[in-house]
Amino acid sequence: MTTEEKARTGQETGRRPLEGIRNAFGGIGARFAALPRWQRMIAFLAFVAFLYYLPLLGIPGLIWLRTDSIPNGNNWAGVLFTCAVYVLIAIGLNVVIGLAGLLDLGYVGFFAIGAYSVAVFGSRQSPVVKALQERFDLSQDWAVAWAVCIPIALALTMISGVVLGWPTLRLRGDYLAIVTLGFGEIIRIVVRNSTSWSGGPPGIAAIPGPQGAPSADNDIFGLIDAKPWYWLALSVVLLMVFLVRRLENSRVGRAWLAIREDEDAAAVMGVYPFKFKLWAFAIGAALGGLSGLLFASRQGFIEPNQFNAQLSILFVAMVVVGGSGNMAGVALGAFLLGYLPERFRDFAEWRFLVFGLALVLVMLLRPQGLIPSRRRARELKDRQEEVPAGV
Amino acid sequence: MPPAASGAKGVLVNFEELFGHLGQHTVDGLAKGAIYALVALGYTLVYGVLKLINFAHSEVFMVGTFAVLGTWTTLGATNNPPLGMMLLFLVAGLVAGALASGATAVAVERIAYKRLREMNAPPLIFLITAIGLSLVLSEAFGIWQGRLVVGMPVILPQKVLFSIGDTAVTNTQLLTLIAALVMMFALDQFINHTRYGRGVRAVAQNPDTAALMGVNKDRVIMLIFLLGGLLAGAAALLYAIRYGNTRFNVGFLLGLKAFTAAVLGGIGNLRGALLGGLLLGVVEVYAATLTQSNWEDVAAFIVLVVVLLFRPTGLLGESLGRARA
Repeated sequence: MTTEEKARTGQETGRRPLEGIRNAFGGIGARFAALPRWQRMIAFLAFVAFLYYLPLLGIPGLIWLRTDSIPNGNNWAGVLFTCAVYVLIAIGLNVVIGLAGLLDLGYVGFFAIGAYSVAVFGSRQSPVVKALQERFDLSQDWAVAWAVCIPIALALTMISGVVLGWPTLRLRGDYLAIVTLGFGEIIRIVVRNSTSWSGGPPGIAAIPGPQGAPSADNDIFGLIDAKPWYWLALSVVLLMVFLVRRLENSRVGRAWLAIREDEDAAAVMGVYPFKFKLWAFAIGAALGGLSGLLFASRQGFIEPNQFNAQLSILFVAMVVVGGSGNMAGVALGAFLLGYLPERFRDFAEWRFLVFGLALVLVMLLRPQGLIPSRRRARELKDRQEEVPAGV
Repeated sequence: MPPAASGAKGVLVNFEELFGHLGQHTVDGLAKGAIYALVALGYTLVYGVLKLINFAHSEVFMVGTFAVLGTWTTLGATNNPPLGMMLLFLVAGLVAGALASGATAVAVERIAYKRLREMNAPPLIFLITAIGLSLVLSEAFGIWQGRLVVGMPVILPQKVLFSIGDTAVTNTQLLTLIAALVMMFALDQFINHTRYGRGVRAVAQNPDTAALMGVNKDRVIMLIFLLGGLLAGAAALLYAIRYGNTRFNVGFLLGLKAFTAAVLGGIGNLRGALLGGLLLGVVEVYAATLTQSNWEDVAAFIVLVVVLLFRPTGLLGESLGRARA
């Protein structure tokens, strides 16, 4: 017993420096929150402007941040675009995990549905478009316009979110996790096996962007310059951040919060958990679909194996590492998980090992995430204080 | 619609093959499912006591397969060894696999989960930690052993032992099934009829009360991780015999299936894990036969969803804590 006690006190002293760092970070956050509103607005606008400037980054002393500053580095704007898509995914998944408290391990399924909606309806090479051309006697160049693919993708992902949620949201948390994981895999395998409409394992090419099918004439959203794509994705992200923030503070957002903290109490107070969970699923799914659509348009080509279960797990990691429930946190998490592996390509062999280690360390040292939601951090602290006997 | 017609060129659903050789496919499925069941027991033990999905368990299994391979290589195993050597290899493989897996499982518990339990962290934190650990383990082996499939010597060449009708049972299938059943039985006896088992059940029922009654919770938790690891090591040996290869990410899909099996049978329920594993194996082999392997994995998950819809706690849906003494 005495040795155990010694070990514990040893741990306590070991934790103290971390405590200091934590407080320092908390101090910055508190000081920022205490600023007058107009100063915060200016800071925010400056930050947004910086985000738009990011692909041109040429400030001396910061150039080493660019992913093409290393040999064989990837196109910097391209990496930023991927990061922006990840941020969009994280915002969507944050609605499900962070706000409603539902563990969804199959989010890649929605990402895939979004990507495949634009591919199947928008690409001239997809079997569905070819069938439509034949059926209605259309020209060889005809395909559903990109702008029309957006509502199709949103509708399909929302429907699939409801279809997945309807039977499974009545399950307890852990069962939900495995069923959603299975859902993600099912989507991938169905797409792989249905050669009659999805192109099967070879995938679908010639996926359109905002300027139509990929061609050398596309002067803005072309294949080579990724900057416009990044700006497009960033704008979508900012719009979605705004919308989700509004949602968070609405009646629906408060209902999610109540369900997350205590489902039974929420139900007693007249919040129908099933309905609001379904909403969370549908909205999260739609955001996932939107990011999938952006991803597929930029790539111009997708195949089923890009949407594997590991990707789902990466998405969940983005949300939790960043700080689930806090939009700034999940955005940071998504950016880091998209950016760091690209910047440190030299360690290609080691990077996933380091990624795993980082996940473990963040969870052990800072379980509330890098930028936690204040409310969630308090929930965690409450739990910590009620540690049961004999641990 | 022309595309639909072009998709239906081959036989889409091959009922003839399935029902023509139903017995054979069932035996194949049971042997496949026995490995799932052994790994599923590890998930179920940990879940039953801690209510936590130990995602790193798949990597515990993976470490076991590499330990088996390493032992065989060190002992200089070759294909088709004589009987005496074969037994030596099997026993040495079992010991090495079980020890390596058991040690990994306990290390995972000590390094990561213990600390999180002290913090009383919510399940999501455990899950992400487990995912991180499983990445670390599989990547470490990927870097150390290369990322390609590593072949193993054939220690136990497949041969047909006996046939019932036109259902042939091979020696490896029989060994896998018997081994799984024996270990299952031993574990059941251990949990239900020993002092340690009583401790496990007590902690599963109510950790706080168990701690107040003098059960060393920490030791019980270590014990269940050890047990799960040992079983995963045994499963690793059976896998090595049956498939004769391994890879740094071999655990991922198998772990997923094993966890599905555990949920299917009722997670936290030992007999449920066995039932779920065997059932899942059979379903997969049936589905693979019907659709030329295309829909094998989908079938597994669809069965899971359907079962959970009608029995949300799994087929046998009884927790470890309420298992009869």
